[in-house]
Amino acid sequence: MTSEQTERSARLIEGATGRWEVVIGMEVHAQVASKAKLFSGAATEFGAEPNSQVSLVDAAMPGMLPVINGYCVEQAVRTGLGLKAKINLRSVFDRKNYFYPDLPAGYQISQYKQPVVGEGEINIDLANGETVSVGIERLHLEQDAGKMLHDQHPDYTYVDLNRAGVALMEIVSRPDMRSSEEAAAFLRKLRAILRHLGTCDGNMEAGSMRADVNVSVRKPGAPLGTRCEIKNVNSMRFVMQAVDYEARRQIDILEAGGSIKQETRLFDSRTGETRSMRSKEEAHDYRYFPDPDLLPLTFDQAWVDGLACALPELPDEKRARFIKAGLSSYDASVLVAEKEATDYFEQMVAEGAEPKAAANWLSNEYFGRLNKMGLSISSGPIPAKSASTIVQMVSSGTISGKIAKDLTDIVWREGGDPRALVETRGLRQVTDESAIEAAVAAVIAANPDKADEVKAKPKAVAWFVGQVMKAMSGKANPQAVNAILRRHLGLSEDG
Amino acid sequence: MAHASDPTQFTLAEARDALAAKAISARELAQAHIDAIARARSLNAYITETPDRALVAATQSDAKIATGTARPLEGIPLAVKDLFCTNGVRTTAASRILDNFVPTYESAVTRNLWNAGAIMLGKTNLDEFAMGSSNETSYFGPVVNPWRARGRNDDLVPGGSSGGSAAAVAARLALAAIGTDTGGSIRQPAAFTGLVGLKPTYGRCSRWGVVAYASSLDQAGPMTRTVRDAAIMLHAMASHDPKDSTSVDVPVPDYEAALEPGVRGLRVGIPKEYRVEGMPPEIDHLWRQGVDWLRAQGAEIIDVSLPHTKYALPAYYIVAPAEASSNLARYDGVRYGHRAAGTDDLIGLYERTRGEGFGREVRRRIMIGTYVLSAGYYDAYYLRAQKVRTLIARDFTQAFQACDVLLTPVTPCAAFGIGAKTADPVSMYLNDVFTVTVNLAGLPAISVPAGLSDDGLPLGLQIIGKVFDEATVLSAGRAIEHGADFKAAPQAWWRT
Repeated sequence: MTSEQTERSARLIEGATGRWEVVIGMEVHAQVASKAKLFSGAATEFGAEPNSQVSLVDAAMPGMLPVINGYCVEQAVRTGLGLKAKINLRSVFDRKNYFYPDLPAGYQISQYKQPVVGEGEINIDLANGETVSVGIERLHLEQDAGKMLHDQHPDYTYVDLNRAGVALMEIVSRPDMRSSEEAAAFLRKLRAILRHLGTCDGNMEAGSMRADVNVSVRKPGAPLGTRCEIKNVNSMRFVMQAVDYEARRQIDILEAGGSIKQETRLFDSRTGETRSMRSKEEAHDYRYFPDPDLLPLTFDQAWVDGLACALPELPDEKRARFIKAGLSSYDASVLVAEKEATDYFEQMVAEGAEPKAAANWLSNEYFGRLNKMGLSISSGPIPAKSASTIVQMVSSGTISGKIAKDLTDIVWREGGDPRALVETRGLRQVTDESAIEAAVAAVIAANPDKADEVKAKPKAVAWFVGQVMKAMSGKANPQAVNAILRRHLGLSEDG
Repeated sequence: MAHASDPTQFTLAEARDALAAKAISARELAQAHIDAIARARSLNAYITETPDRALVAATQSDAKIATGTARPLEGIPLAVKDLFCTNGVRTTAASRILDNFVPTYESAVTRNLWNAGAIMLGKTNLDEFAMGSSNETSYFGPVVNPWRARGRNDDLVPGGSSGGSAAAVAARLALAAIGTDTGGSIRQPAAFTGLVGLKPTYGRCSRWGVVAYASSLDQAGPMTRTVRDAAIMLHAMASHDPKDSTSVDVPVPDYEAALEPGVRGLRVGIPKEYRVEGMPPEIDHLWRQGVDWLRAQGAEIIDVSLPHTKYALPAYYIVAPAEASSNLARYDGVRYGHRAAGTDDLIGLYERTRGEGFGREVRRRIMIGTYVLSAGYYDAYYLRAQKVRTLIARDFTQAFQACDVLLTPVTPCAAFGIGAKTADPVSMYLNDVFTVTVNLAGLPAISVPAGLSDDGLPLGLQIIGKVFDEATVLSAGRAIEHGADFKAAPQAWWRT
């Protein structure tokens, strides 16, 4: 067994008949961050009045023709480059034919046999520090459909075509994931890449990123099992829930002597369960054929190379750079998972904070506070510049680590310039030995029995350190306090 | 002016000159046509007449002519196939499913024409969604050919699908008309009614705003009484349109000026595969005459081969329905057009709306198209048809190494009786045998009236040219016109 297989065996699911492996592949629909739709000039803004962003093309009026939005193509190619994927210099738009009221033309323009982007890969970083490579099969461009509104009238269903024709990138992974954690990590990493590229805003709540999850189970080493596709899973948490539920459901069926039916299932986020939507037999025959209204999409290598040169630094490259700057692999992964966190961290460093110290402050002080308040880093109250100042003041010895916590609280609550706050509130760390000597002497004098105790049990010196720090309102340099205490108590210097 | 007493007898070029010379006003010209239309309703050429609009536009044209700011087609009254979307004027595609549809936009080709000063008389009848070769599939009833066989009173078809446009121009209900040609829909009705019909190169005229039948084949073109008129019309219709991705950005030459050089030294290919089995002697005879006319004017005649011709018709009747089945999916009763009453579920709404809204031929082609694109059949039908298409295009490319244009008949017969072929779709489809190859290859071709059948009905000859070489097609067409000296016109038996 290779080391990877050994690692992964830890993620097998225990069943009544032994252990099972879950196999997961994903199709992610990522809305291209573009002001205009894929084949019409209509706007794409989220949350607009129903049917206020619909062109004649989007409504499929007679005689209307699609015209490709070059900006969207460029974003798809940039995304392909970010996924280290093959860029196809010639690709074809096809019509996927089916009837539904949210699909005005009766067909969706998509790419079937010749997608714009071919094979690539994504490295996902797991909590245990392991990195797993997930293959990308393809990326293609397609139109989104409109939306049915069932709650506007007791007898009628209304259709909102604002989304109809919006550009989506469908990104299809290989079935390379083996746990719900890997599935969520894949989606998180993909989102980070898209957001670093700026090709998709990754806003899952607004629906600009949606995942269809293919799940099957098998005994380790056995051929792939029959898969079920779970539609429209709209958060990392739901992906994990859906995979766990679906894997367990399939294992239970197989262990009871049943077999899995290939089908499309819906994830119900209220119950955390999946339920059948349509079977393979009910699947549409989409009658794909090349769209005769559109020419094949062609570009030359030089154009692609130009886009490649202009790509921003991507999460994996940033992560490597962060590790080189002294961050732990875990901290580096956490920081690149969210574009805002990355930007915040980089701004702290740019303002002068030492990278390791900045990362520590973020993970020890800031992320916890944000999580507790349900805030994202971009909506948090402390600007990166202030954060950088706090970290720099600790590094330079201006304030102690203890004071840094208090100062963080003050800036969080009240805002303000940390440096000015340190001065006006007298938070500057005391390194003046005579002041510390006086405080130490006072504390020892007040606690003669404790002093005797410490001489017998040197580890108890920590109690004295605490008392001196308290007496000095936390502003004393802890190392200096420790050293002076030891001297006064007659302990060895390094205890 | 020769026709001042009846301005509907003008050719487009004559009317243009008469207007410029102020021998007639645009309003008089429009009114004469409006009157002629009102007296010819039995032909059923128009679905929607727009006389008020025409008179308003004519008044504006007169003002322009008076101030010396006339545009190239100032005051020229035209008929528009009811497949072109016209802003504020009902556009039906001759289908019940669009019988109440009024576009809020103007097709690119008609906009070009109105910008050139032309005037719309109305929207002409056609086969439903341009699917037909006889104009008998229209929801608004068949169009009657203004021509009758010698000594007979039977109603004949005008051909199709642009049958209303053909009848309108032949019966002097418009100076010229525009049609669309997917498999012969301009050239075949032009041949059946003694007119010139030009199908331009695919991509020469914008398809934006033309109700789609088969997107990779559809192309707009003029139907006129002379080759010169066709040249004038095409110049006004053609343009590169960024809103149609298949429109091609090439210069539009002055076609009228290009008529003059003649055919001296022109190499004219005669494709032997067009000499089909069972071709009536009169068609063969006409074809030979055409050869003689061109040779007499200095053209060089060359025998060529287009070996895949026999596969063109079956390939066409796969590709066109396949595209149509998808193009017509938008007519679902949800947003516009006909919607069946009394349905309470979605599938029922679709089935009833489309069942009621589409006629038999349209339903037949949607079913054929759906079938040939289905999983398991796609490779055997659609993909093979596309390969045939490539081979047919290659045939032409090779032939055009030896010649500049090709000369063929337009149709295997003259106009037939209404109802004569409706029971047998395959015999109807055979009408397109000489015309579909051009659409499959995207080439320009013109149908020119060249003589009368034994029954006294018009017959046409076709000139096929190289891609975007409409100028040579038109000048060769002009040579046929010159040789044939076709002066016959239908008797105005329809006048009320």
